[in-house]
Amino acid sequence: MKNINGIQASRRAFLGFALGGLATAAAVPPAAGQQVQTNARIVIIGAGAAGTSLVNRLWRRLEGADITILDPSAEHLYQPGLSLVAAGLKPASYTQSETAEWLPKGITLIPEAAAAIDPVAKTVSTSGAHTLAYDFLIVAPGLVLDHDAIEGFSLDLVGSNGIGALYAGPQYAAKTWEAASKFTQEGGVGIFTRPATEMKCAGAPLKHTFLIEDIATRTAGAGKHEMHYASNNDSLFGVPIVSEKVRMLFEDRGITPQYNHVLKAMDPGRKIATFATPDGDAEMGYDYLHVIPPQRAPDVIRQSGLSWADKWTDQGWVEVDMKTLRHLRYPDIFALGDVAGVPKGKTAASVKWQVPVVEDHLIAAIEGREGSTIYDGYTSCPLITRVGRAMLIEFDYHNNLTPSFPGVIAPLEELWISWLMKEVALKATYNAMLRGKA
Amino acid sequence: MEQLTLETLIAVFEEIFGRPLFWVMVVAAAVITLAYIYVLIRDRSVSMRKFLLAQLSMPIGAVAAVVFVQSVTHSQLRDIGGPIDVIVLLGVAAMGAVGTAIFVYTAQSLLRWKLSS
Repeated sequence: MKNINGIQASRRAFLGFALGGLATAAAVPPAAGQQVQTNARIVIIGAGAAGTSLVNRLWRRLEGADITILDPSAEHLYQPGLSLVAAGLKPASYTQSETAEWLPKGITLIPEAAAAIDPVAKTVSTSGAHTLAYDFLIVAPGLVLDHDAIEGFSLDLVGSNGIGALYAGPQYAAKTWEAASKFTQEGGVGIFTRPATEMKCAGAPLKHTFLIEDIATRTAGAGKHEMHYASNNDSLFGVPIVSEKVRMLFEDRGITPQYNHVLKAMDPGRKIATFATPDGDAEMGYDYLHVIPPQRAPDVIRQSGLSWADKWTDQGWVEVDMKTLRHLRYPDIFALGDVAGVPKGKTAASVKWQVPVVEDHLIAAIEGREGSTIYDGYTSCPLITRVGRAMLIEFDYHNNLTPSFPGVIAPLEELWISWLMKEVALKATYNAMLRGKA
Repeated sequence: MEQLTLETLIAVFEEIFGRPLFWVMVVAAAVITLAYIYVLIRDRSVSMRKFLLAQLSMPIGAVAAVVFVQSVTHSQLRDIGGPIDVIVLLGVAAMGAVGTAIFVYTAQSLLRWKLSS
C-alpha cells in the first residue's frame, strides 16, 4: 500500500502542478490598456499579418474610432507555412483562409488596393476610385515579388522542368514540391537561390535547401544529388554567428555555397541559370532550380513619396524610425511588416513585436502624448535543417541572439522541439496574433 | 513567445492534433479521470491486482504515445537532438504511461472483473 499512496500522492501533486500552471496561464491576460474614446479616422492599407493583428488590437482599445482597412485579396495567407507546402509536408490549403474571417465586425473592409496616397492632404485613393480621408494611416500592404527581373523566368514554368518558386503563393509552393519531389527521386544538380534585395524571411531559402537535401538523401540515397546554395553576398545569413553555423551544416551535408551569385537569367529549355558575380556572369546547369525573385515595396508606396530617398533606392521601403516605425517626415503615418524600411524583420515574428509598438504610439498620438514602447528589431526564424529538426534562431537589430528560452532551447542547436514549434505551435501562435491576442 | 495564455495553449493543441481529435481526446481524458475518481471513491481502496495489470500496461502506453506524437509531427527518433528533446520525449512517454494505467485500472473496475486482491 505504501507504493500506492506514493503514486497517488505524486499524481495529486502532478495534478496540482498542472492546474496551478493552467491557472497561472489563465490569470495572465494579454496586454490590454484602457479603452480610449476617440473619433479618429484610421486607415490601414493591407489586411495581412500586420494589418489584421493591429486592427484587432485597435478595435479593442479604441471606442468610437472610424477604422477602415483596405485589401484587394479575399484570401489571407499564412506565409510561414509555404516552406512546409513546398516540401510536401502540408497541403496548399494549410496556408489559406479568408481575409474577412479575421477582422472585427465593426470596422469597414474595402476589398480594393490603395492606388495613391497623399500624405499632405491626408487622403488615400483606392483602385475602385474611392477617396478616404484619414487622421492616421498605417501602411502595411506587404511587398511585391519582381519575377520579371529574372530574365527567362515566368510563373507558368513553376512545377515543370525542375523549376520551383515557393514565395509566389500556395499554388506555386505546391507546384514547387512537384518539381522538387521529382528531383529528389531522380537526382542531379540542385541550385537554391536568394535575391540581392531585402527579402521576407531570409531563412526560407535555407530551409528549402535543407529540406530538399534531407528528403533527397532519404529518397534516392546519398551521392545522387549535387546541391548548391547561391548566396547574394559573402555570407549565408545576415547574422554572422548564424551564418557560420549554416556554413558548418552545409559542409556536413555536402551543400556547396556559391558566394556572391545572384540569379539574373535562366534558360528553361537548356536548363542553364545565369548568375551575376563580381567576376562577371557565371552559368550553371541545373536539374532543379529554386527561384526567389528580387522584392520591392508596391508602386503606390514609391509613387507617393513615402520611401527612403537615400536607402534601398531600388526597393522603396517606407522611411520610418527603426524603433517606433513612425514615418520620419509624416508623423501620422506608420509602416508595419514587410514594407517598413528597417533593417531585417520581414517576418511574421517581427510583426508580432512591431504591432504593439505601433499600437502604443498611435494611441499615445490620439491622446496627445508620446508613446514609450520601442521595437529593437526582434525577429525569429525556426530554421528547419531537416524534416524533424530545426534551430530556433531569434535575434535583433544588433545581430545579437535573443533566445526566448535560454539554457533550455539552444539557438544554434538542431532540435526536435524547435521543429515541433515550427510545425505545430507556430500557426496557432500566428492565428492568436492575428486576433490580437498574442 | 511574448505571452502564453490558456487560449493560445488550447489553440496550439488544436493545431497539433486537429480540432475534432483534440477535443475528443480532452473529453476522453476527462471521462476516464472522472470514472477513475468514481471507482476509487466507490471501492474505497486500491486493488493491487488491478493495479498490477495497470502497471504492466504502462510501457505499452508510453510507446504508443511516442509513436502517436511522432506520426502527427512527421518526426522520428533520430530527430532527438539535445537534452530538452529527451525531456519532451520522456514527458510524452510518461503521460502515455500514466494515462494508460488510469484507463486500464478504471476499465477493470468498471467491468467489475472479480479479481481478488
